[in-house]
Amino acid sequence: MTNAEIREEVLEILESIAPDEDLSQLDDAVNFRQQLELDSMDFLDIVMELRKRHRVQIPEDDYVNLASMDSTVTYLTPLMKDIERV
Amino acid sequence: MIRSASLNFDGDDQRIVITGVGLTAPNGDNLTDFRAALLAGRSGVDRYHIRYVGDTLAGQCHFDELKYQKRKELRRGTRAGSVSIYCANEAVANSGIEWDKINRERVGVYIGVTEHGNVETENEINEIKAFNYDTKVWSHHHNPRTVANNPAGEITLNMGITGPHYTIGAACAAGNAGLIQGAQMLLLDECDFAIAGGVSESIHTFGIFAGFASQGALAANEDPTQASRPFDRDRNGIVVSEGGCLFTLERYSAAAKRGAKIYGELVGHAMTSDASDFVLPNPEQQSRCMNLALQRARLNAEDIDIVSTHATATTSGDIQECTALRTVFGKSKRTLINNTKSFIGHAMGAAGSLELAGNLPSFEDGLCHHTINVDNLDPECELPGLVLGEPRNKQEVNYILSNSFGMLGINSAVVIKKI
Repeated sequence: MTNAEIREEVLEILESIAPDEDLSQLDDAVNFRQQLELDSMDFLDIVMELRKRHRVQIPEDDYVNLASMDSTVTYLTPLMKDIERV
Repeated sequence: MIRSASLNFDGDDQRIVITGVGLTAPNGDNLTDFRAALLAGRSGVDRYHIRYVGDTLAGQCHFDELKYQKRKELRRGTRAGSVSIYCANEAVANSGIEWDKINRERVGVYIGVTEHGNVETENEINEIKAFNYDTKVWSHHHNPRTVANNPAGEITLNMGITGPHYTIGAACAAGNAGLIQGAQMLLLDECDFAIAGGVSESIHTFGIFAGFASQGALAANEDPTQASRPFDRDRNGIVVSEGGCLFTLERYSAAAKRGAKIYGELVGHAMTSDASDFVLPNPEQQSRCMNLALQRARLNAEDIDIVSTHATATTSGDIQECTALRTVFGKSKRTLINNTKSFIGHAMGAAGSLELAGNLPSFEDGLCHHTINVDNLDPECELPGLVLGEPRNKQEVNYILSNSFGMLGINSAVVIKKI
């Protein structure tokens, strides 16, 4: 997947986790938790969805990389560049 | 006044009254609509499909899930939690209590359930099946969803309640058990305002349908509205339903002080066990339960205006209950008897509280709703006072007794008095 496709994928996951939030104004550089109401279980949802949809395994020590959209896409690029977006 | 066997209570502080009702049933999402459906003979049973079992019948609820929850909360929680939250909020609104002024540390939540956790566990196993049963994709939400207190806990989260909460597992007697527990907690000064009753999400588990089918106890009928047929000669089993009914309970002194509408006073209750069979009911213990409730209410059988029966439309269960009813009420010439499961199926944890709620308006309109789907009364289910065909105008109703019996021989009865 390209960076843009990875971003789309993460956005889709966020939409399912936070269905009441307006994500159209999301600032990619700012931490998710500063813009959305997300708790630790929600972050686990992101990890779980990536695991279920794309078999991407994220070790617990790497969760800190999922802080913002920019950091998430940067982290996932080497893991997902060879995966095709369906 | 509730009189227990060993303790004596006096005074308006020790009288427990129902001040609010919040409910969802397959044929109505508030007491007004539910009562209208009962008086009009309107069933809430419909065709239903669930994985592995296939096409079947069920009573499904259609309340607005987003009335009191956001989409995220709905996604995070359970169906039982959603039903509970709807009913609790509706009951509190119905009670007219000033919710923003109440001390929420002194609100207790007591919810009866037949079971909890099956729906979520079945869902998770179905999810991981697609991943070759790899438990690394087992949801981190599973544990908070399946702990037995989940339905009551979700209410406290939604409504900011910091008083006690728990569920009571009491099979199909759970609705009465929740009500009794709430009343007892008020008497013990554990709370000042109780949200109590029963809920059910049971139709969302295929296991309950499969289990009843294996027992030979799952109803079938070309016309879903005719499938639940307690007392009818041609009854062939249970229609499984979801639903919820929660009451707000207060001490009479507090309710009167704030000018609350009072639906009725809980003047008697009893719970007993059969100690005889996992499934087959015991009429001796059922009648002992009813008599104990009457004794605590200081009433005779003929004082009861309406008896709401449990009867689920199993061949033997209906007969056993009728034997018990004839023992207790056989000589009363004025007691009327009805059944709500004929309309809405068996709402499991919610059954007892829904069936009681559907009869409470009788105190005001003097009507006893009937029992539908009895085209040919089973001779072994003959009951003096059984109301069939259409509602009966009793003119004045002062006492209602409501029965709920369940597996493992659990029996319950509550007596409500018009105030």
